[in-house]
Amino acid sequence: MKKQIYIYKSFERFWHWTQAILIFFLGFTGFEIHGSIKFFGYQNAVKYHNIAAYSFIVLIVFAIFWHFTTGEWKQYLPTLKNIKAQINFYLIGIFRNAPHPTKRTILSKLNPLQRLVYLGLKLLVIPIMVLSGLLYMFYRYPQGSGVEALNIESVEPFAIIHTLGAFLLVAFIIAHLYLITTGRTITSNLKAMITGFEELDNLEQVQVQEEQTEVVNF
Amino acid sequence: MKKIFLILILIGLVIISAVTILTTKNYEPTNQMKLKEKYPKKYSPSVDHSQFTLLQKKFSSPQEVTEACISCHNQRHIEVMQSNHWNWEREEYIEGKGIVYIGKKNAINNYCIGVEGNEQSCAKCHVGYGMTSSMFSYTDAKNIDCLVCHDNTETYVKGNELAGLPDPSLDLNYISQHVGKPERSNCGVCHFFGGGGNNVKHGDLEKSMFEPTKDIDVHMAIEGVNLQCIDCHKTEKHNIAGKMYSLSSMNRNRAYCEDCHTENPHEADILNEHTVKVACQTCHIPIYAKVNATKMHWDWSTAGKLKNGEPYEEDDSEGNHTYLSIKGSFIYGKNLQPDYVWFNGTADHYLLGEEIKDTTKPLKINTLKGSYQDKDSKIIPVKIHTAIQPYDPIKKVLIQPKLFADKKGEGAFWQDFDWRRSAKVGMEEANIPFSGEVSFIKTEMYWPINHMVSTKNLTINCTECHTRENSRLASLTDFYMPARDYSTFVETVGYSIIILTLLGVFTHGTVRIFSSKKRKRLISEKANLYL
Repeated sequence: MKKQIYIYKSFERFWHWTQAILIFFLGFTGFEIHGSIKFFGYQNAVKYHNIAAYSFIVLIVFAIFWHFTTGEWKQYLPTLKNIKAQINFYLIGIFRNAPHPTKRTILSKLNPLQRLVYLGLKLLVIPIMVLSGLLYMFYRYPQGSGVEALNIESVEPFAIIHTLGAFLLVAFIIAHLYLITTGRTITSNLKAMITGFEELDNLEQVQVQEEQTEVVNF
Repeated sequence: MKKIFLILILIGLVIISAVTILTTKNYEPTNQMKLKEKYPKKYSPSVDHSQFTLLQKKFSSPQEVTEACISCHNQRHIEVMQSNHWNWEREEYIEGKGIVYIGKKNAINNYCIGVEGNEQSCAKCHVGYGMTSSMFSYTDAKNIDCLVCHDNTETYVKGNELAGLPDPSLDLNYISQHVGKPERSNCGVCHFFGGGGNNVKHGDLEKSMFEPTKDIDVHMAIEGVNLQCIDCHKTEKHNIAGKMYSLSSMNRNRAYCEDCHTENPHEADILNEHTVKVACQTCHIPIYAKVNATKMHWDWSTAGKLKNGEPYEEDDSEGNHTYLSIKGSFIYGKNLQPDYVWFNGTADHYLLGEEIKDTTKPLKINTLKGSYQDKDSKIIPVKIHTAIQPYDPIKKVLIQPKLFADKKGEGAFWQDFDWRRSAKVGMEEANIPFSGEVSFIKTEMYWPINHMVSTKNLTINCTECHTRENSRLASLTDFYMPARDYSTFVETVGYSIIILTLLGVFTHGTVRIFSSKKRKRLISEKANLYL
């Protein structure tokens, strides 16, 4: 039995899409500042990048508040259970049209691999990007104003860490965009993140052979 | 009644809002607006010199004019006699060398090398009369040349090789009756022609600056605020602010753009932040030598060639000398992009008679000090003038040759074209030990570029520096600059991760498509079988 279930709440969707736009925009302007591309013009790229960065920080503050007040943060607790099965699914099962090994429920939206990757993003990559970005922004040369107290003599370490993080995020986005298509149907994950509803297995029902109902799932 | 009341209220509101809108125009004038208002105001002198009877009497010598000046301005000569324009030397402190007395009198450069022994000719740009190789009284106030700076008729001119005396045909009465504050023409007559011709030395100071357009210099433009030299080079008691680091060593008495424009003149904070490490000139003087070419290279080693026993000259299509028998070969340049160096306001100098430590590298005649790490340093634009000039390979010192003389036979190179002889005579006059050998060495001189400030729209763009390729600051490698610099490691790792991810996604996707097609085929075959 399938059932349309409201899985992504409106704030969650707002947060996700705003974050998506901001990260894409930050990447675009950021790589212009890095000298890899030319689009907005250098001074504009810096200006827009800084505005987007502040917007992102505001969004993060709201998101943290939301995660804690709703208890949604528990979704990201890492687990080793099913992790092997999940890896096997992406490497083998998906080609044989095998079912997802982790059943998605409202209480557990993320599979163990997603949990690990998103937790890594939230606790490692994003904080490092925000911190190195702020230091980059407020770095004012040795003996200038700003982060003088840190007595850091060059913007180089911040720049290098920030750039490395940006490359990792680009790789993440590529993989993320692809993995969206690995849901029940190619677009089911995307639809869920737009409308909030996803067709989930009714937990009380016995697992149904998917092959019968979904032939066209490549 | 009620209706009328409402209408009255409505009209009242309209009037009040109209008045408030019209009166909220009292905006704050910007610093630049204030400057533009302040500087074009015409200066009216407090006296008319043409009415003084003292200046009506016939002057038989320029010294008499000076005496007339001093008879009223009876303290000014003391100030002049303390100035560098008079003494041609300053007390300077150079780190590692201590207190030195350096100036035109004893310094060496890589143009005409030095004045020692050549005073008769060089004194054309000294604010005094009667400077010859053998003697000059620095204490005789009568020898002060007041007119060269204060003539407002633009007719005063010093004679060639007259030891600083004016052209004898001048009407000294007319000139002395029309004196005033120095104008661009007074300063320019020497400072635009340093090194033996227009724009030879500085690159940013030349005859087009007498009456420049806005394209040449936004400050001095005659159609703009029309600033005179002393508007920026503020002068108090004949002590003029601002100096050139060809001779100066210490960070003092400088003229700064910030004196008028403040340290935060831009609307955008990000530009103001640059002023911590970047001098105004760096962005606002994108090119120099905009009208006439400046000398970039001087090769003394080719000097002395004669045609039929006579010295000759060769010029390029624009009339710049490319070869002169008396001076050697030259390379000129026009519309040049400056070089950039760190500078903290202090400089080192090669002093006459100093031993050259490393003769394999070009000798820096003056070294502008500074680095990224130094908190007082900023990036400034410079002209780097290179030369090949005579030196003593045994004693390892630069040679001060005797260049100028009235007649042949005195050892002057410009008369006799004999390096050894002119070196010997020159070194003797300078009192420096000389081995008798003459060789040639490459030298460099650094000339900060401060003039020919461009209009706002021609200011350099971010990406002229912040770029991977051909950055204007490519030679300054002691700091990380966004867009120019990157870590090769991060770049390699980053692009590898992206390529691997793309490859992974592509492979995975392809296999998915094929396996799904295969499955579909199998299912339809199965279905056919049952049919």
